[in-house]
Amino acid sequence: MKNILEYLEKTAPRFSDRAALCDEENGSLSFGEFLSLARAGGSELLRHGLYHEPVVVFMKKCPRTICAFFSVIYAGCYYIPVDIGMPQQRIQMILEKLRPRVILYDERSEALLRELGYEEQMFACGDLFAGSIDDALLAYVRSRALDIDPIYIVFTSGSTGMPKGVTACHRSVIDYAEALCPVIGADESSVFAMQVPLFVDACLKELLSVIRCGSEVWLMPQNLFMSPLAALEYLNRHKVNTLCWVASALTMISGFGAFEDVKPACIRTVCFGSEVFPVKQLRLWQEACPGARFINLYGPTECTGMSFWYEVDHEFDDHEPVPVGHPFDNTDYILLTDNDTEAAPGEAGEICIRGTCVTLGYYADPERTSASFTQNPLNKLLPEIIYRTGDLGYVNDRGELVFVSRKDNQIKNMGHRIELGEIEACADRLDGLESSCCLWDGARHKLILFYMGSADEKAVRSFMRSELPRHMLPNKILRLDAIPLMANAKIDRIALKKKYEESLKNGRNP
Amino acid sequence: MDEILEILEELNLDADVSSCDTLVDDGILSSLDLVTIIAELSDRFDITIPAREIRNENFNSAAAMFEMVERLLDE
Repeated sequence: MKNILEYLEKTAPRFSDRAALCDEENGSLSFGEFLSLARAGGSELLRHGLYHEPVVVFMKKCPRTICAFFSVIYAGCYYIPVDIGMPQQRIQMILEKLRPRVILYDERSEALLRELGYEEQMFACGDLFAGSIDDALLAYVRSRALDIDPIYIVFTSGSTGMPKGVTACHRSVIDYAEALCPVIGADESSVFAMQVPLFVDACLKELLSVIRCGSEVWLMPQNLFMSPLAALEYLNRHKVNTLCWVASALTMISGFGAFEDVKPACIRTVCFGSEVFPVKQLRLWQEACPGARFINLYGPTECTGMSFWYEVDHEFDDHEPVPVGHPFDNTDYILLTDNDTEAAPGEAGEICIRGTCVTLGYYADPERTSASFTQNPLNKLLPEIIYRTGDLGYVNDRGELVFVSRKDNQIKNMGHRIELGEIEACADRLDGLESSCCLWDGARHKLILFYMGSADEKAVRSFMRSELPRHMLPNKILRLDAIPLMANAKIDRIALKKKYEESLKNGRNP
Repeated sequence: MDEILEILEELNLDADVSSCDTLVDDGILSSLDLVTIIAELSDRFDITIPAREIRNENFNSAAAMFEMVERLLDE
């Protein structure tokens, strides 16, 4: 097997009339429809002369968008999911980086694309699926395809403000599907409820289970999470039995006592990840779903979805970390110290991942690619690329990997990776602002921006609002007469944090 | 009411929070915003907001939140 389309082609005829991609609002698609739409779309893109190039899919979360992803793969191209929820500035940066010849759009993205001046590249999703399937053309493209050809680019936060385009190929995604599906117990009886948006690689968990195992997925509307009881009723209405959600979405349900009114009826597997899941919330879920398996998933986008898993097998104390556990099949890791030597047993080191899961790198960005995708320093004899996650971890007494913290200033907020440096780089672009420093108050879930300069707080706030995605906007913006510096003239984050904590105690601004 | 507006101001929303009455329906509030609002309301007014109250109509506007808080304070 060398192409992920083979999954869909094997599964679709077996379950032709069964529901595959389901959506209450936009209508559902069967496996048969999924396959024919993807093939029709692929043929259409080929007729437009596209091949081996990026195709932007700027569409809402719905079944047809997923068919558009697969159309792009059928055309031997790679898709880049973009969402209307991203800020305009970020969308512009991504489009400028990619210079795509075609952007697939729907009614929600149409106006913005025209405004940004992409009239010529616009391709209506309605026209994508309208044409006929060209079997010969698709077969020709397949005959020339390699397993190292890219499938998608997913953009993540970068500290300079320019998002990084993580590019993954067929081989890595196949490797992921083969390892992931058995771990989460995906099969033809699995019914997923997809919480994440389609522009993150987290949605692969559901999509791969659908095409590889014949599972069914329900695409949840994003604002359903605003009503915990309605979300639980949604799960029960569709007999959802498998959840792969970010921890904050699970907390949204359990944290407000929704289980007192409605219990999830069919849940058998709950996967959580992307951020720390508080043990207290885990326990509430365990009580509400007795007999269900609870699995912690961990991994960077750069290593294709998730790379480690841990199945909760004992009770945890409130402050005991849930381990990251063990690597997936055909994935390995090393813990490196600052001197690029292996960490001693029990010692913390940078988690570095090796295996087929390591992606191709950052799109059109050799510099940042070579900084993170490096030669394995422990292998002096042959070329071998590892990915340096920037996460620190150690191995506990049970031989399980435990996540400690970030090496740098990256944080996670609602499952989004955020480089504090990107927020600072944005603030620093404003006239009247001399320097800035952004802190993350993890306990209160707040981003705090300190700055020096003549600009007033209102001006800084409105500038940043136009530049950054919502989840990156500082909750508090505070002007200081001076930002504390260390001996080497770098900003003293620890002193600043202390200042902030003291000001909270005193109930006034620093 | 001023306290509720202050909470909303801090969220950097893309709307005039004193007049907007479709904060949830139009996707202006994210679920993270909602968590923040619920935590702040619980803290500042010393109330517990039960799951059944966490529905769109109670969070679509500052006025709706104010009404809900008043009701919960009376209970």
